[in-house]
Order: sequence, then structure tokens, then C-alpha cells
Amino acid sequence: MEAPAQGEWRRTHPLGFLAHLLTNMRRAILPLVALVVGGGDVFDSAAVAAIIVAAVAVNGLVAWLTWRHHLYRIGEDDIRVERGLISRSARSVPYERIQDVALEETALARLLGLVEVRFETGAGGKDELRLAYVDRAEGRRLRETVRGRQAGAAGVGGVGAGADAARAGAGVAGEGEAEEPARILFAMDLRRLLTFGMFEFSLVLFAALFGAAQQFEFLLPVDPWDADFWQEHTDLPAQLFGGLGIAVQVAAAVLALLTLVLIGLLTGIVRTILRDYGFRLEETARGLRRRRGLLTRTDVVMPLHRVQALTLTTGVMRRRFGPDGGWHGLDLVSLATDAKASSHTVVPFARMAEIAPVAAITGFALPGPETHWRLPSAQHRVDRALLLAVPLMLLAMAMAAAGAVLSVEVALLQGAGVALLAVLLAVRQAFLWRYNRHALDSGHLHVRAGWLAPRIAVASRIKLQSVEIRQGPLAQRRGYADLLFGVAGGTLKIEGVELGEARAIRQEVLDSIASVDFSRLPGQEKGPGPG
Amino acid sequence: MDAASQPAEPDMLTPLDPAFVKVVRIGWVLGLLPVLLGALVLESRELLPWGAFLGPVLVVGMVAVLRVPLRRYKARGYRLDEDRLRVVKGLLFRSDTVVPFGRVQHIDVEQGPLERLHGLGTLVLHTAGNHNSSVSLPGLLHGDALAMREAIRAHVTRETM
Repeated sequence: MEAPAQGEWRRTHPLGFLAHLLTNMRRAILPLVALVVGGGDVFDSAAVAAIIVAAVAVNGLVAWLTWRHHLYRIGEDDIRVERGLISRSARSVPYERIQDVALEETALARLLGLVEVRFETGAGGKDELRLAYVDRAEGRRLRETVRGRQAGAAGVGGVGAGADAARAGAGVAGEGEAEEPARILFAMDLRRLLTFGMFEFSLVLFAALFGAAQQFEFLLPVDPWDADFWQEHTDLPAQLFGGLGIAVQVAAAVLALLTLVLIGLLTGIVRTILRDYGFRLEETARGLRRRRGLLTRTDVVMPLHRVQALTLTTGVMRRRFGPDGGWHGLDLVSLATDAKASSHTVVPFARMAEIAPVAAITGFALPGPETHWRLPSAQHRVDRALLLAVPLMLLAMAMAAAGAVLSVEVALLQGAGVALLAVLLAVRQAFLWRYNRHALDSGHLHVRAGWLAPRIAVASRIKLQSVEIRQGPLAQRRGYADLLFGVAGGTLKIEGVELGEARAIRQEVLDSIASVDFSRLPGQEKGPGPG
Repeated sequence: MDAASQPAEPDMLTPLDPAFVKVVRIGWVLGLLPVLLGALVLESRELLPWGAFLGPVLVVGMVAVLRVPLRRYKARGYRLDEDRLRVVKGLLFRSDTVVPFGRVQHIDVEQGPLERLHGLGTLVLHTAGNHNSSVSLPGLLHGDALAMREAIRAHVTRETM
């Protein structure tokens, strides 16, 4: 098992064993609490203590064995990782395949001074190579090594592990890479963070509480689903309020609603602060560097030449209540975005004026006043509206008729509800026809889709991979088609354009793709980008 | 952007090898055998007048084996240009995909047992796009598929990005 002589096999940081143990124990806490609370009748306290000690010991042994049989080696052309005692796995990742090296610090790891190194390979949804945990200096050294090897002969200052380690040791977390001159492109102060949080209104807390209540009801001293219990305990206020009349009841309902809104806002703000605290986007020689997070800090560099497309996002509310055109966000579609977990948001919440310079640096042009938007086929939307509304209308009429014949009032009401839904869906199609649009200029393809919160996708024509024209049975008769583009790391679709126009767009895009051979794309070469 | 200025694209397609129809038919026959056996078993129980199970199965089977593969064959086609491959397929849901050679990551030529029997092969182009990450073109003569692979490979200068 010990390291072969060629190349140096290393273990991850010994303290990582502790981090793994604590992480695993965190998962074991709830069962243990259940044991202490619920098992009190069955076991005496000595047995409970023994079980807890055994749980810690087993977890510790597993964590220790995992650590002991987890080796990595920085080789000449690749990084190798061997792990596992019972089921062994050995993986080799060539430097050229590594798109990016991300450092991630969970709260626990930060306390111990450790980082998790994630090598993003963008290999079509396969697991990424992770090293958990190494100390900060080693994490930075690995990142520099990979970059140095990728740069190859061009050499970005070689590996320089020792110097890096010294610098890293002196620096605060994430501040060590002073060798890269960086320009801050976007940062969020607390005020912006709070505003952002307000728009991230979320009732996820209630869902979580509900789920937890179902999961752990056996732990609670009472049965939460027992109506008698609640009646008993809420009887007093009900008696009080019941006598005070309808005004107080309305006030109580309003108060409850306000509480709901308040909790939703607070949840949104807390979640936003946890995720985006200290958000900083910088321009470095390697690409865009993003750091964010309050407890779990992440540090990701997104090489510019790997960017395939941009997405301009917004929300139903933030679009209407923001300054000059509303609040927007900017995401990158990159080769390394296969892993859903690694978000490539570069600007989460900003004014258009702040987003524009970031977009400009990526080399993609956001649509402007000169953009010549084209509307999709109206027939497509008419068909869709009819397909949705007609069956629903028939259903509504059947329900209303049944309600009238059998004189069931509820059925009449339900019929009216279904009819309303049908109208809404048809209206939505009308708005989608007005809002969805696309534009093709010399270098870019813009697609705007969505009614209440439209997203704008910006793709570079030469970075598209394939073009498909797709037609269903109805589309063939009515003469429209969907256009689907192959994008590395994302999807791009124009729905329902006239067939002739779809063919014209495809022809133009294909001509620009063919004019640039992939291997000659500046961004697709190995090594540092052109800037 | 004028539809009239576009050439009538579907007319320029190269049809697949006619043996493709046979391969699809054999596939259908093999796929329908269990259904046929089931119908025979039900007939042998004499639950309903003779032919109540076998009749519909045979009619549907005949259509599926004789007519559907031919129509599918006619709906399929491809066009190999200097720098791109166009693959057209589908009866009800038509799909018309173009892959520029400059975006091909790697190329496979596959051959199943039925295809091998008729000397056919399937050409598969892999791209980096999440959509259409692999575009397959069945029903080529195996030799043609290999030749197309070589032709396309000449354009693909590198296998990775």
C-alpha cells in the first residue's frame, strides 16, 4: 500500500481525519438523541453511554482507515488518487483535462485550517476528483501546480511550492494569492446583501419544519397530529377571541399572514447571507475569480476562454422593484458546469450598469438597443393555447353541466375555476408570444424566454456545437419548428419559429461555426488565454 | 431570412442503404414474437371466438413489420458535406440535426449483430454540447461508415478541448 518510489505519494492532512469524524458524527447525532430520549425505558444509562462510545469509536476507526488509505500523487502528467481499503479505486486525471481547481472551506474545515480541493474535469456528469482535506498552503500549492503544468512550456512562474506555502502561511484565508494582480469587478456590501435577501423570500423553513415534525414525531412528548391536543391547548385563546367578534378574527388572520411573510423574508435574508457573504468577483490573469460564503467559503476561478454562453437572470419581483430596469443576475455557462453543485453565478444581484462591464470582460455582448429582435411564430402560440385551453374548457363545461343537472353547487364553482385556469393558460401563451424573442447578430445569438421573469441567453455563434430543427406532428402541418443548439455545459432552445426562418438561422450559425476550426479557437487551446 | 431563398433542403438528402429496412423489420419481428406467443396461448384457452386475439396482433404486426420500417426508412436521410454532417429522421416527430466537423469530439462506428449480418454500421458523432452530445446515423454500409469516419477524422484535429 505504501507509495512507490517514483513521484511522492502523499496523504491528506491528518486533521482531516478529525473533520471527517466530526462530519460523520453530525449525521449520527439525531439517532443518538433519539436513543437517549426514546431508549431511556429500554436501556439503562450505562448501556446508552456504551452505545455512544461505540458509535464514536466505529466512526473514528472508519474515518481513520479512510484517511490512511487515501493517497494522492502529483505526477508528471497527471494527478493520481488512490483510495479505499475494501473496494479500492485508483484514478488518474491528466492535467489537460482539469478545467479548474476550486478550493472550498466548510465551517468545520475553517476552524481546523483545512480546505477541500475540487478538480473540475467537466467530464459529462462524472464525479469530480476531490481531496478532502488538505491544509490551506497545500491546497494553494495544488492549484498552482495544476496551473503551472497546464501552462507547460509557457510557464506561469513554475510551481514554486515553497514560496507559495510561505506566502499562504502568512496570509489570511483566501488572501494568499497576492501574486495575481486582481481587479475587483463586483462585490456586494451588507446593504446590497440585505436587499438581495428580501427578494429571496422563501418558505422553505416551513417545509423543513413539517418534514422534521413527520420524521421525529416519536421524539416529541406529544402527538402533533392529535387534534384533541391542539384543541385543548388553543382553546383558551379561541374562547377569548371568539367572543370579540369578527374584527379580531380578521386581525388575527392578518397577523398570522404578516408573521408568515416576516419569516419568509428572514429565511431568505439568512440564506442569502450564508451563501453570498463577502461576495467578490475579480479579474485575474487566469479568469474570473469568485469568493463567497459566510460559514462555507468557496474560492472558484472560472477561466474566461471556457465560457460558452451567458445567462441574464431575474425574478418576478426583483425585476419590478429595482432601480433602472430592475435587479438582475449573471451566470456563466462553462465547460465545467456539468456538476450541478458548482454554480457559476458571477453576479448574483445587481443593476444592469454593474453587470454590463462583467459581461464585456467575458467577450459576450449583452443585447442592447441596437439588437434586432425577432418574434417567434404566432401560430405556434395559438396552437399551444388551443391545446391547453380547449380540453380544459370542455372539462369545465362538463363539470358545470353535471353540477347544474345534479344541482351540486360545488361542481359549478369548480367548473368556473377550471375555466379560469384555461383562460389564464391561454393568456400566458399570448404573453409568451410577445415576450419570447431572439436575435442573431454577427457574433452572437440572443434568446429571451419567459413571461414574468424572462431569462436572456447570450451564446457565441462559433462556440455552438450542433444545430437541430425539431418538429412535432402539429408543427409539420403548421409550418413552424423548434431550434435546439448544442452548448457545452448548457442548453439553448428557440421555441416555435417559422420553418423558413429556422433554416435560415441554422444556415447562418453553421456557416460561422464552420469558418472557425475548433482547434484554432483562441479559447480552446491549452494554457493561458489570450489576455 | 427569406424562406423562399432557401433551397428545398429535404430533396438533397442521401438515402440510407435499403438493407436498413430489413434490419428494422427483423428487429420488429423479434420484438413482436413474445406478443405473438402470448396471443397463441390465449387462443389455445378458447376464451373468445377463434382469432379474437391472434387477428388484431397479426394485423398490427403486419403493419409494424411491413409498413413502418419502410416509412421510417423514407423519412431518414443524411447529407455529408465538406465540413458538416446533416442527419434527418422521424415520422411524427421530425428531427433535422447538423453537426459541424469542427465540433466533433470523437467518432464511433458501431455494429450490432443484425447490422453485421447485412453489412451495415452505425456512425456516431460525439460533440461537447449537452444537447445532442451524440448524434447517431444508422443504416450505412459498414465500409461507408468507416470511410466517413476517416473523412471526418481528418477534420477533427484534436479529440479533447
